[in-house]
Formats: sequence, structure tokens, C-alpha cells
Amino acid sequence: MLRFVVRRLLQLVPTLLGLSVLLFLWVHALPGGPEYSLLGEDATSEQREQLRQSLGLNDPIWMQYGRFMGQLLQLNFGVSLSTGQPVMTEFLNRFPATAELAITAMIIATAVGIPLGYFAARYRGRLLDTGAVAGSLIGICIPVFFLGFILKVVFAEHLGILPSAFRQTAGLDATHPTGFFVLDGLLTGELDAAWDAFLHLILPGITLASIPLAIITRMTRASVLEVLGEDYVRTAESKGLQQRVVRGRHILRNAMLPVVTAMGLLTGSLFAGAVLTESVFAYQGMGSFVYQATQTRDYPVLMGFIMLIALIYVLVNLLVDISYSLFDPRVRVR
Amino acid sequence: MRTKRSHAMRGLAVLAAAGVLATACASERDDSSGEELNETKPFVFAAPGDARSLDAFYATDGETFRVTRQIYNTLLKHEAGGSEIVGDLAKSWEQNDEGTVWTFELEQDVTFHDGEKFNAEAVCANYDRWFNLTGDFQDSNVSYYWQKIFGGFAENESDDLPPANYKSCTAEEEFKAVIEVEKYSANLPGGFSMAAFGIMSPKVIEAQAAAEVTGEPGAFEFPEYSQDPAAVAGTGPYRAVGWDKASQEIKLERFDEFWGEAAGIKTLIIKTISDENARKQALEAGDIHGYDLVAPADVTPLKDAGFQVPERGVFNVLYLAYQQEGNEALEDLEVRQALSHAVDRQRIVDTILPDGSEVATQFMPDTLTGWSPDVTEYEYDTQKAKDMLADAGYADLEIDFCYPTEVTRPYMPAPRDIFDIIKADLEAAGVTINEEALPWGDYIPKTDAGGCSLYLLGWTGDFNEAYNFLGTWFGHYDSGWGFRNDDIFDGLDAVANEPDPAKRETMYQELNVEIMDFLPGLPISHSPPSIAFSADVNPPTVSPLTQEDFSEATWK
Repeated sequence: MLRFVVRRLLQLVPTLLGLSVLLFLWVHALPGGPEYSLLGEDATSEQREQLRQSLGLNDPIWMQYGRFMGQLLQLNFGVSLSTGQPVMTEFLNRFPATAELAITAMIIATAVGIPLGYFAARYRGRLLDTGAVAGSLIGICIPVFFLGFILKVVFAEHLGILPSAFRQTAGLDATHPTGFFVLDGLLTGELDAAWDAFLHLILPGITLASIPLAIITRMTRASVLEVLGEDYVRTAESKGLQQRVVRGRHILRNAMLPVVTAMGLLTGSLFAGAVLTESVFAYQGMGSFVYQATQTRDYPVLMGFIMLIALIYVLVNLLVDISYSLFDPRVRVR
Repeated sequence: MRTKRSHAMRGLAVLAAAGVLATACASERDDSSGEELNETKPFVFAAPGDARSLDAFYATDGETFRVTRQIYNTLLKHEAGGSEIVGDLAKSWEQNDEGTVWTFELEQDVTFHDGEKFNAEAVCANYDRWFNLTGDFQDSNVSYYWQKIFGGFAENESDDLPPANYKSCTAEEEFKAVIEVEKYSANLPGGFSMAAFGIMSPKVIEAQAAAEVTGEPGAFEFPEYSQDPAAVAGTGPYRAVGWDKASQEIKLERFDEFWGEAAGIKTLIIKTISDENARKQALEAGDIHGYDLVAPADVTPLKDAGFQVPERGVFNVLYLAYQQEGNEALEDLEVRQALSHAVDRQRIVDTILPDGSEVATQFMPDTLTGWSPDVTEYEYDTQKAKDMLADAGYADLEIDFCYPTEVTRPYMPAPRDIFDIIKADLEAAGVTINEEALPWGDYIPKTDAGGCSLYLLGWTGDFNEAYNFLGTWFGHYDSGWGFRNDDIFDGLDAVANEPDPAKRETMYQELNVEIMDFLPGLPISHSPPSIAFSADVNPPTVSPLTQEDFSEATWK
């Protein structure tokens, strides 16, 4: 097991190296440059040239890449051009927000998606099944910003029962030892703050969950349908095993492998979805920050954040691979 | 089956209970009076972007100034709701005939947030600190406005820096400060009102004397204290008490020993919501109580729904630029005139821009001294435009026209809609348009380098001086305009060095006439950038320069 993990970790090195090259070329191929957002509309071309010079943007691209990698090896991601703060500080400020949102979305997606997919398969062709299939199709198709907008209009503006923006009510005095607001409230005993943060997670959480929920529902349904046709399920049922045991040990456990794989791959789409969701809900996380960085050509933020997100992405998928062995011990041997 | 159903029912019950609780929380009504609310209920204002520093000196952006204006006072300021320069920490001021010696009579009984007394020495401590900055502080990204208004430093460390125009600051009496400059500049006295020159406690200056900017040149990290509310102290109605960067929230609290009228609402919170629509929905949902840069299309619906959308005065200009180098036809004055006649600017003002907008006759609003009633005006006349184009030999003119996407500017709320009207007008006059849409980050470089023949851009003034408008574009050759007109360049150079306000006024008026005859571009409109507030607040007086003083706000 340990060798498996170590080998997989070593495989990350070329992956990330390749990614860094591609990312670097892409970011620097973007037209325009940070000097425009930094100096505003009225700066002269000499001032802009001077800034390009001082940023080293006129050096050959390989030299800039070398400098970037040199810094990266010292875990130095540079300074955000638009906020003047170290990229790592900005990342640590915003990562908990997005992680909290993504975890909420994933909990919603799995807690609803797996049972829904399972029962849709068990009652194939009935109303529940048709509803789940149609619903998941809508979930995949509906644009995130539109769903967010509708939810806000209904629950925040008309019903007034849920907040429409932020991670907690503005001006609420709360301490944040971890940056995960709900957890912070529970840890510090500020239950009001935890509840407040929880309410703020509901609408963006549902919005962000829409696509993974739909995918997980469909994957579970398809996977369970396949397993239901297997001989061992029929055997288990016919020898009179309890429903609970058949469902847990024989059906779900076998059906979970593709679903778990999909969940790992979905972390990528969660981070992508967070960009829009966070903008719509003025939710202060990484997504909205990266979005702004593309607007202002904030190279260090773009490079740093995307590298860190990529690192998280491959690590999550490594975890997924490890978790296979829990569902299917045969994987471990290889 | 029974177990399954009961599980589901239990889940539903929990959800329903959560919903009821949430409703209960949200529907707690405040029956308290406005005065009680002032002490207990924070006022939350949403800004489109983050502030960058709590020491205003390093900043160049409106979002930082929106915050620091509440914390610091400057020597001079603009009158509430207007653009006249009035005293702030200076009760009164006078200049010598040459405009090189500025004497300020200061307010007495002013205390800094850290308990220090304000006096002339405090003023000089600030100005001398800025003048004597060294090293990376001399980078234009760290001391932009100092360099723009006062030139270089006591010891310029780079040949690229402008020569210093600032000479000295003397505390002549306890409450009389004298600031001397080398030669008059049209940037004064306006420069003394710039938020970047907020007066900070001398104790803070002393404590932070060793502060440094870190990071790479061009990508500096501002000194640590500038990010720490506890480390800064001004004389303003509010003092900074918190800056939660993760929540993009700055918390200000009423300063009880403020020398002027105490702030109405005790706690003021400025939060960032970058998305325009999210700002509007947050106001509608009651999560915030005011926000800036309202989309013109949202103004009427917001008013109808009972929100307050007070009208700001105008202090900006939107123009259509004619880049002469990029397109030969535009070098021909008759073509520029023809295009100007082709555009129905009144329609843009009536259909797209917010209430209170007006057609511009020149490159600055009429609230500025030096605006001229005698400039040539180019009335909308499609037939005349056609005839003039034919006359100039460009009956079948084909031209490229750029506009920005994904952006709204205070002077240009809906670029695509404005572009569409102008395009249709020009096509009606027989011009073929090759349109080019560019995201803002690409738009500025391209138009700046002269890459677009026609393009839309504008400007919001920093302070009440015509040079801040005209000098920005026409003081010297600029690749964005692509023309060399020495009469205009020299005229602006002369007015920049003329200390007599009366003479300057005449000179500006003549320049405006000259510029509108030369017609480097077509000024389109002056439009007030909209700001909105919830119904339950008495909002601060709104300012044409977007310099609202939030201490004026109270709960109803």
C-alpha cells in the first residue's frame, strides 16, 4: 500500500512539471498585460514600458519560466499584482471558503444523488425514475448563474428566509481560527456564527451541487442497474438475505466504483463551477478571485492559484484511487 | 418500506424545522428608533472592488480612497455634493501671486485616533515624509499621486523620476503651515484635496519610519502597517477597527472625539461585491444597505421597489476618439466633422445613460472653471454628414471601430449599447463599420497604442481643475489620439504654469474652443454614476466626484 502511494506521488512530479509549462505559456500568451490594469487609463506608454521592464516581462520567455520555477521550488508564488499581497497569503485566505463551499456541494450531491440514483434504478420506469432522470438532465443543462439567480430571487428576495450574499452576515463579530466558518463557530462555541455561516452556505451550495448531483444520480442509477442484473444479487436475494444487507454489501458496494471515480473527477468541475457560483453569491472564495485575476492579467495569481488547484485535484484523485481498495480489494494488489 | 418512509419523513421534518428557524431569524423586525439603531445596526455598503491599503498615500484607486476618506482628512476637500474646493483640516488658505507659497490656517482642537494632537507640525511631518521617501517607495506604483502632483523626491534615485516640484513645509505657527513649491502647477490647489494626501498621526509616522515595501519591483507588497487597522490613525469621523481579507470586509467605527460633527451610524462596513447584479440582489435581499455603480437599467426598477437612487452631479466625460495616425481619412478635418454630425448623441443620453446625463459640447463638464459656452457644436444631421463625406472624397468610407466588453465604467455604463447607436448612425451616413469587441484588459492597450481608428473612452476628474481633464489627453503627443498640434500642446503647457486663476479661466476657454475646432474626438456625454441605498437610511450627500462622506448617514 505504502509503495503504491509513494509511486503515485512520484508520478505527480512530471504531471505538475508539464502542467507548469503549459500554464506558463498560456498565461503569457494572453493578449494585453498587467501594466494596463496596474497603471490605469491615463499612464503614458513610457510608464508602462518601465513597469514591464521592472516586472521582467521583456525578458525571453524561457528566462521568465526559469525564474518562476526557481521561486516555485522555494514555495514562493510571488505577489499579487492587483492586491499587493503574497499569492500564498491570498490563497490561504480564500481556500477555506471555496473548500467549505465545495464540501457542502459534494455532501448535497452525494447525500441526495446516491439514494436518488439507487431508488431510480430499483424502481426503474416508475415515476420516481422518470423524475430523477429528467431532473438530472435539467441539473446538467441549467447554467449555474441562472440557477443561482432564481434561487436568490425566490429564497432571498421574495421569501426572505436565506441570505443572498457573503459567507456570513456583514459585521458579525466572529473569530476564525481555521477559515472554515461553520467549523470555526462550532470550535469557538459561537453557535450563532456557525448557524449564520451555515445559512449562507445553503443557496450557493445547492447551486454548485446541481451539476455533480445530476452526474452522480445518473452514474449511480446506471451502475446499480448493471449490478442488479448480476447473478450474485439474484442469488443473495433468493437465499433470503435481508434487504439491507443485499443493498449495502451486494449492490451499492459493487456499484460504487464508477461513482467514486466520477466524484474524484468532479472536484475539478467543482472548482470550475465555484468561479461562477462565487461571483453570483458574492461569496469570497478562490473562484471569484481567480476570475478577477484573469480580468486584470494578474499573472502571479493565475499561475499560483491554478498550480495549487491542480495539485489539490491530483491529490484528490490519488485519494480516490486509494479508496478503490476499500470497495474492491483487487485494485490494491496491482 | 415503513423504515424507509420514516427516514424520509424525519429528513423532511428536520429540513422544515431548519426552514422555520431560518424564517424566524430573518423576520425579526427592528422596532427600535433610528437613534437606537444608529448605535446597534451596522451600515453595510458594497463596493465593486477591494481597497488595497489603509495608508492612502500608496493608493491610486477609488476603492481604497472610499475607505481612507472616512479615516483621514486632507488639507482641502470638495464641498459636500459639489466640486468646489473648500477647506478640510485647513480652515482657510492663500497663495502668493506666483502660486509657489501656500499658507494654510489650520483647524484647532483636532485629535488623531491615537490621541495625538493635530497641528502644523503634524502636517509638515506628513508632507516631509512623502518628500523624503527613498528606495522602492520612489517607484511609481507606490507613490503615483505624489509624483503626479508634486514631482520627484528630495533625492531622486532614478533618472526617470520627474524633478521635485515640492520644496518645503514649515510650521510657521502652531496652527499655520506653509507649503512651498518650486513653480506654480495647475495641479494646485486641487492636489491638496487628493485623498492620497490624507494626514496621518505623527506617532504612526515615527513608529513606521523603518517600514519597507517588499517584493519585486513592479509587484510590491505595501508595508505591513498599511494592512493593519490597529497601526494607522487619522483625524476622520471613523477609525478603522477591522479588515477581514477573507471576507473582503473593512469595519470602521465612529471616532468619538472627532473634531467635526460626529458620525451618525456607529459602525460602517464596506464589503466587496464585484458582480453588478449580485450587488443589486444583495440590496434587494437586505444583506447590504447601499452600493455603488448601479447599472442604468436597474435605476428605475430599484426606485419603483422603494429604494433610494439619489442623483450624483456629473464630473466625467465620455468621448468617441478619432485616431488620426491609424486611418488616413481621419486626418482630414472635414471627415472628423462629418462623423461628428452623424452621431445622435441626444439619443444616447435619452435612451442609455442615467437621469441627469447631458450631451457634452467639449471635453470637460460645465461645472469646471474654464468651460466655454462658445465652442463649435456639431448638431445631429445625417444629410449634412453625407454631403461633407462626399465633399471630402470619402463617400464610401470604411473604418474600424472598437468597443470594450465585460466592463462598465462610471462614464460608460453600457458600452455595447452606446456602440450600437453610434454604429447605426454612422452607417446611416454611408460609413461602413468594421466592429471590434475587446475585453477591457486588451482594449486599453490596443486603443492606447493607436490600434483603433474609432473607439469609446472617458475620464472621471480627480479634482476641480480643467487641466485634470484637458492635460490628460492633449498636453503632448499621445499615440491614442495620433496627432501633433503644437498650438494646443503649447497652450496647455502655458496654462499649466499660470498661477492666476482668472487668466487660467480665459486660457482654458480659448483652449476648449480651439480643441473643438480641431476636433480630435467627439465628446459624447457627461453622466452621473449611480449609487443606491435602502429605504430605511438617510444616505450621505452624494458627490459628483464619488467622494461620499458616510459619517452623514443615519438610520431613519
